[in-house]
Amino acid sequence: MSLKKEADEGITFDTFMEGVWRQNPVFVMVLGMCPTLAVTVSAVNAVSMGVATLFVLVSSCLLVSLIRNLVPKEVRIATYIVIIATFVTLVDYIIQAVSLSLYEALGAFIQLIVVNCIILGRAEAHASKNPPLKAVINAMGMGIGFTIGLLALGATREILGAGKLFGFSLFGEHFQPWVVMVLPPGGFFVLGGWLLLFSHMRSRSEKGAAHE
Amino acid sequence: MNESLSQIFIATLLTNNFVLAMFLGLCPFLGVSGRLGTALPMGIATTFVMLVASLCAYGLNLLLSAFHLDFLRLISYIVVIASSVQLVEMVMKKYSPALFRALGIYLPLITTNCAVLGVALFQTARDYDFAQSLTFSLGGGAGFTLALVLMASLRERLQLANVPTLVQGTALSLILAGLLSLTFMGFAGLGGGE
Repeated sequence: MSLKKEADEGITFDTFMEGVWRQNPVFVMVLGMCPTLAVTVSAVNAVSMGVATLFVLVSSCLLVSLIRNLVPKEVRIATYIVIIATFVTLVDYIIQAVSLSLYEALGAFIQLIVVNCIILGRAEAHASKNPPLKAVINAMGMGIGFTIGLLALGATREILGAGKLFGFSLFGEHFQPWVVMVLPPGGFFVLGGWLLLFSHMRSRSEKGAAHE
Repeated sequence: MNESLSQIFIATLLTNNFVLAMFLGLCPFLGVSGRLGTALPMGIATTFVMLVASLCAYGLNLLLSAFHLDFLRLISYIVVIASSVQLVEMVMKKYSPALFRALGIYLPLITTNCAVLGVALFQTARDYDFAQSLTFSLGGGAGFTLALVLMASLRERLQLANVPTLVQGTALSLILAGLLSLTFMGFAGLGGGE
C-alpha cells in the first residue's frame, strides 16, 4: 500500500509533458507512422484521427491500469490487444454515427488504430506498471502529443498541396497547388522535413550549451 | 468489384503498393530495412502471415456475417493474426535460430503490422471472393517484400555515402522512402483500371 501511495505522489507535470514534448510520439519516437502519414492529407482529417487515437489511448490505458494486478504476465499482450480492439470498435461506430463523410475520408484507418504501436507501447510500458490516475495523465499527454504531430503534418500538407487550411483557401485563386504534397510521397517528404527541422534545433541547442 | 486476378495482383504489387502508396506496415519498413540479409526473410515471413490471416479472415467473415456479429470482426481478426504470428515465430525458432535472433523484436511486432490487418480489413471492405482475397494478400505481401528489399539495398549503399550528420537517421530514411514512393507513382495506370 505504501508503494502505491508513493507512485501516486509521483505524478508531476512531466508525467503529462513527457508525451507532449520530450517523448513526442511523432517527432521523437517516430511511432505509429502508418496513420500519421496516411490520413494527414488535410488538417481536419489529422485532428479527427488524433482525437480518435487520444480517446482509445486514454480509455485503454485506464482499463489496463485498473486490471494490472489481475492479468497473468503470460497473456498480458493478448489482453491489452483485446481491450484496445474493443475501444477501437466503439470509436469506429461513433464516428460512423456522427459524420459519415469523415468516416469515408478516414476509411480503414480508424480500425487500424488497433495496431498503432503507440497505444500498445503505452499500455505495456506505462499503464501496466502505474496506478490509474498517473496512467491516464501520461496517456493524455501522449495522445495530445500525437494530435499535435498529426496537426503539424496535416496543416503543412494541406497548405502546400491544396493552398488551404481547415478547408479555407489561403492564397487566392492564382495559387498553383503543389499536388505531390497531398499524394503519398508528400507524406514522407513532409515528415522527413519536420524531423530535419527538429534535429537542426537540437544540434543548435547542444552547440549553444557547449559554448557556455 | 469485378477486378480480374491479375489486375488485383499488379495493383497491390506496384500501383497501390502497401508500403509506398497506402502507408501500411511502415514500422518494420523503417526498422528492419537496414540490411538486405534481414529484409528479405522479414518480407517472406510477413507475406506468410498475411496469407494465413487473409484465409482466416475470409472464413471468419462468412461466419460473423451469418450470425450478424459484425461488431466482433476487428477483435476476432486481431486474435487470428496474433496466433498466426506465434506460429511463424515457433517455426522459425526451430528451423532457423540465427534468423530468429536477427529479426528480434520485429518478429512479434508483425502482429501490430498494419499491413497484415490492412489486408484482412480491405478484403472485407471490398467484398473480395476467395480467389481474389488470396491474390490480394499474395500481391500485398510481394509488394511489401519488394519495398523492403529496395529500401534495404538503398540504405546499404548509403552507408558508404558521405551524408551530413544532421540528415542521418530517420529523416534520411523518410526522404528516401518518399523518392521511392514517387518512383512507384510512375506505375499508375498499369493493370488497366483505377
